Amino acid sequence: MIRLTDVAKEYPRSGTALAQISFQVKKGEFVFLTGPSGSGKTTILKLLYMDDKPNRGEVWVNGVSSTTASGREISRLRRRIGIVFQDFRLLEDRTAEANVRFALEVTGAPKATIRAKVSRALTQVGLASKATSYPRELSGGEQQRVAIARSLINDPFVLIADEPTGNLDERATRGVFQLLRDINSSGTAVIMATHDLDLVRRSNYRTIELNHGRLVFDSAESPLSPRPSDPTMAEVEAAGDTQEKS
Amino acid sequence: MRSVSEALTASRRAPLLSILGVVTIAFSLFAFGLFGLVAINIRKALEQVEERVEVRAFLEDSTDIESVAAAMKDIGEFPEVARVEYVSKEQALERARKEMGEFADVFEAGVLPASIEVYLRSGMRDPMTVKSVADRIRTYHFVDDVRYGEEWVEKLYRLRTITTVAGLALGIAFAAVAIIIIGATIRMTVLARAKEISIMRLVGATDMFIRLPFLIDGLVKGVLGGLLALVFVWAANRVVNEYFIQTIFFSREMVFLGVVGGAFMGVLGSLVSVGRHLRRV
Ligand SMILES: Nc1ncnc2c1ncn2[C@@H]1O[C@H](COP(=O)(O)OP(=O)(O)O)[C@@H](O)[C@H]1O
Ligand SMILES: [Mg+2]
Repeated sequence: MIRLTDVAKEYPRSGTALAQISFQVKKGEFVFLTGPSGSGKTTILKLLYMDDKPNRGEVWVNGVSSTTASGREISRLRRRIGIVFQDFRLLEDRTAEANVRFALEVTGAPKATIRAKVSRALTQVGLASKATSYPRELSGGEQQRVAIARSLINDPFVLIADEPTGNLDERATRGVFQLLRDINSSGTAVIMATHDLDLVRRSNYRTIELNHGRLVFDSAESPLSPRPSDPTMAEVEAAGDTQEKS
Repeated sequence: MRSVSEALTASRRAPLLSILGVVTIAFSLFAFGLFGLVAINIRKALEQVEERVEVRAFLEDSTDIESVAAAMKDIGEFPEVARVEYVSKEQALERARKEMGEFADVFEAGVLPASIEVYLRSGMRDPMTVKSVADRIRTYHFVDDVRYGEEWVEKLYRLRTITTVAGLALGIAFAAVAIIIIGATIRMTVLARAKEISIMRLVGATDMFIRLPFLIDGLVKGVLGGLLALVFVWAANRVVNEYFIQTIFFSREMVFLGVVGGAFMGVLGSLVSVGRHLRRV
């Protein structure tokens, strides 16, 4: 469903952001993307929803290839991908309901279906009672739920979440994470970038770790060493250091 | 439908910006229209003056009427000539008196010579043609002198060339300014709506869908600016007519063309601007 093969990404001024990245994500899988700040998590997610193209290698998402995708194909693809961010990205001058509806309106969804879909999505994230609230009237956790409701509106096959709990307190973090698990258990794949290692350790999901733009650990490849701090990591970290010096 | 309401929503969200946009478009088109008005009036004046361009051949006193009649018939058959008229001494005196009014008494019968007035066909009144006709008429032995205001004709033509060139140059310059202003207005709108646009992208709105409201916005502003400019130009024309000189106004087709021009500038301005700025949002 999602496949990256030998992907590299360089930015004009800051240089190499990603190098030699290869992995696959299966249908309905839950994947953590971890690593220190600046290690390339956001960049990988951007490549997945084709906000950017790799300089080398290829990204396949649901039959769309980064090397050949047209603007129209990318738009269509994004309707089937849910995307949420640390900063929620809600429109401040619209109610929760209107924010969710927005995603349907701008993709030309048939008018008759919009109402029912919006209310179903808000119910799914547990915010049916706050439909008419504005973002400023909602807590951080509630705002993130609105963003998640918006991302779910077109029944995505994958939910891409870039540090979705980064701005939330402990309680809200647990709530949002539980919501993502529920979404995943109903069949939607979830790819979640986070540096909250507690969250990663407490659950048993696949973990991909990045460092300096390299994939240094993938629990699907070495299921017996699920933690980045394990000694088996020494080798790859040494590789990371050489990379740094060059 | 969606795009129209979207475009209007955008304008409602930034009313001052939008009014500024429409007014600047109107100002550009006003300048354009004012120039056009001056241009068509100069053209009109030139046409009227041209109609009066004539070649006048003064005849020797002793010329017999048969030779004159034969010459007039010949000249009348020149391809450039529309009509030939004979002006006798008496008629010349009469005309001079009428034109000079109170000084009429200075003229006495016999002072002014008889003449042949040659009117040229329209399209045959440029300096070259006029001179060649005059030269041919000069060959008749009883023609004393030929006058056709050669300097004047040339000056008129030069003036006409200058106004045409200046008109085109200024017109293009004003159009460019209008497009830049509209582009800047769209740019501000794009920046003001950057978050909305980035979310549209994220949830899978197509580029065309994102662009369309801006194009319609440009179109609406262009048309409104055009209509506003029309009102300005019309008012200016009225004032000039009332207090200064008689002028003509644009024809209905030209007015329509002006408004279409405004719409075109609006769409072009937003097309260029949206294309450039959407990429950065
Ligand atoms: N738009 C950009 N232009 C230039 N450099 C960038 C850009 N985005 C990210 N980078 C660089 O790429 C590297 C990886 O960044 P990012 O993917 O945001 O890391 P993370 O999300 O893991 O913190 C960083 O060194 C960052 O400076
Ligand atoms: Mg990041």
